[in-house]
Amino acid sequence: MKILVCITNVPDTTAKIAFTDGDTQLNKAGITYITGPYDDYALSRAVELKEQLGGTITVLNVGLSDSDPVIRKCLAIGADDAIRINVEPTDSFFVAEQIAQVAKQENYDLILMGRESIDFNSGIVHGLVGELLGIPSISPVMKLEIEGTVAKMTREIEGGKEDIEAHLPLVLGCQEPIAEWKIAGMRGIMSARTKPIKVLEPTGQVTTTTELYTLPAPKGAVKMIAAEEAESLIDLLRNEAKVI
Amino acid sequence: MSVIIFAELADGAIKKSSLEAIFYGASVAQLIHTEATVIALGSSTEDELAKLGNWGAHKVLWANDTALNENNAQVYANLVANAAADATVFIFAKSSLSDAVSARVAAKLKAGIVTNVTDLPEVTSGFKVKRSIYTGKAFATVALNTSVKVIGIKKNAVQPVLSNATATVEPLATVLEEKDLGVKVIATHKASGTVSLPEADLVVSAGRGLKGPENWGIVEDLAKALGAATACSKPVSDADWRPHHEHVGQTGLKVAPNLYIACGISGAIQHLAGVNSSKVIVVINKDPEAPFFKSADYGIVGDVFDILPRLTKVLTD
Ligand SMILES: Cc1cc2nc3c(=O)[nH]c(=O)nc-3n(C[C@H](O)[C@H](O)[C@H](O)COP(=O)(O)OP(=O)(O)OC[C@H]3O[C@@H](n4cnc5c(N)ncnc54)[C@H](O)[C@@H]3O)c2cc1C
Ligand SMILES: Nc1ncnc2c1ncn2[C@@H]1O[C@H](COP(=O)(O)O)[C@@H](O)[C@H]1O
Repeated sequence: MKILVCITNVPDTTAKIAFTDGDTQLNKAGITYITGPYDDYALSRAVELKEQLGGTITVLNVGLSDSDPVIRKCLAIGADDAIRINVEPTDSFFVAEQIAQVAKQENYDLILMGRESIDFNSGIVHGLVGELLGIPSISPVMKLEIEGTVAKMTREIEGGKEDIEAHLPLVLGCQEPIAEWKIAGMRGIMSARTKPIKVLEPTGQVTTTTELYTLPAPKGAVKMIAAEEAESLIDLLRNEAKVI
Repeated sequence: MSVIIFAELADGAIKKSSLEAIFYGASVAQLIHTEATVIALGSSTEDELAKLGNWGAHKVLWANDTALNENNAQVYANLVANAAADATVFIFAKSSLSDAVSARVAAKLKAGIVTNVTDLPEVTSGFKVKRSIYTGKAFATVALNTSVKVIGIKKNAVQPVLSNATATVEPLATVLEEKDLGVKVIATHKASGTVSLPEADLVVSAGRGLKGPENWGIVEDLAKALGAATACSKPVSDADWRPHHEHVGQTGLKVAPNLYIACGISGAIQHLAGVNSSKVIVVINKDPEAPFFKSADYGIVGDVFDILPRLTKVLTD
């Protein structure tokens, strides 16, 4: 089994978001970076599949060198090697093209991604890569078993789920509970130090440009209602907020 | 030049999120002086589709073929990308199906693609959209530089105003290619009879404060009285008190209803990330220090087991 896991390097889920340079850059000061939580599920399932079936896991990130600590963490968790495409990932199509370029040269059986990144939340890189490679893309996948060359999966659909099957190769967007999150052990951390991170330069053209960042308007003060008068909430929702 | 909107069908009817996308697409068409064409794939009726004129559609291209009732992003993307050679803007609602179809259409047409768009585009110089990023914590203004553009909208990106117009409905030929039929659906497990959470205007959500799954009756009663969908926090679905698809937040569904009532939920930042686009937030929590109150419009410090049945009673009396 030859698996490619695509990971994002993103501000941790509790990060306070602010911008600099006339609101054209994220203010990275004080932000802790993590592997995208859904990408973690993808990597964790890859590690389990490798234990079960053998094979190799390559981690791929489109990002600048500040992604390296997070890539090392993925190597410590169980990836064999890594590729980083050296460019700021601001455009989904451009990111997908970089991933597809790598995938076209190597015949991966599985390309695992997260269902969405938590910086752009686009939910489209798997679909883009699937189309660029001419293979199916399925997301969000909650369960994945491999039997020979067939993947048996459970996918979440609106208000329920669906059991599906497809032949490899596939691009999948993963979410819980596809695997148990893995934590790097001491041995993993030691061995990750010598595992290679190959750095490649990007090709192709960006299709979109981000011009400005803004923050949401601050929330007005909360209107508190005494517990004894809880019933009055309904009237406020009807006649003041006008939402029911 | 035209605007194409991909409409999702559920049991023959156009889904609510797609109606909003149609109105959005019609508004974009007006901005760039062209007309809006809807693409509907699968079983429906001519009457249902002609009514899309109310939402601004000029024309509906309909592939009336039961073979299309099973969602298949690859098949759909082929049909959408080929439907109108002169299309310059493609509009999609937010769902995992629309996300997949939009991505594949963009890849086929080498089009720039932006999802989670929250407003109508700015077209006076170039073509710029505002999108939500960092899970609702910020926005970005993004220029699409390609001649064909693909846009996915977030719920409430427009406030539809309906007319009495009807749309002309024209047949669209189904094209099925063997290579696109690789994904087989073996079984579908759907919760029935409840309001769909992603589309709901009203949501009643509950967290660990409910203590256990056996207590969800009071949450469901209030939801039913309001005609609302139910949702929950992550620990609740992790513990299997509620199904996974009800979990909202950073790692769950992102919802943007008009009203979100949070019952016994502390308001952790990862929970807020999934609900911070709601128009009005009500928080009911027995702890006055619960962080959720800082993000609320209305707050009640009280016990959910006392408050929820009283609210239901006001609504049902
Ligand atoms: C990477 C990551 C991703 C995450 N993603 C998500 C996510 O997507 N969604 C999510 O929800 N969480 C997520 N979490 C978890 C999140 O941090 C919180 O742990 C979680 O939201 C807490 O759920 P809760 O509010 O139901 O429970 P608690 O934090 O235990 O809060 C229960 C609340 O109920 C109140 N309460 C208790 N009894 C009563 C009563 N009788 N009447 C009224 N109020 C009462 C308490 O005062 C308390 O405020 C994530 C965490 C991480 C690290
Ligand atoms: N810069 C990137 N580098 C590598 N993989 C990425 C990158 N951006 C997105 N992905 C992958 O695509 C998935 C979906 O991302 P998105 O479409 O941005 O929501 C993520 O969970 C990752 O697995």
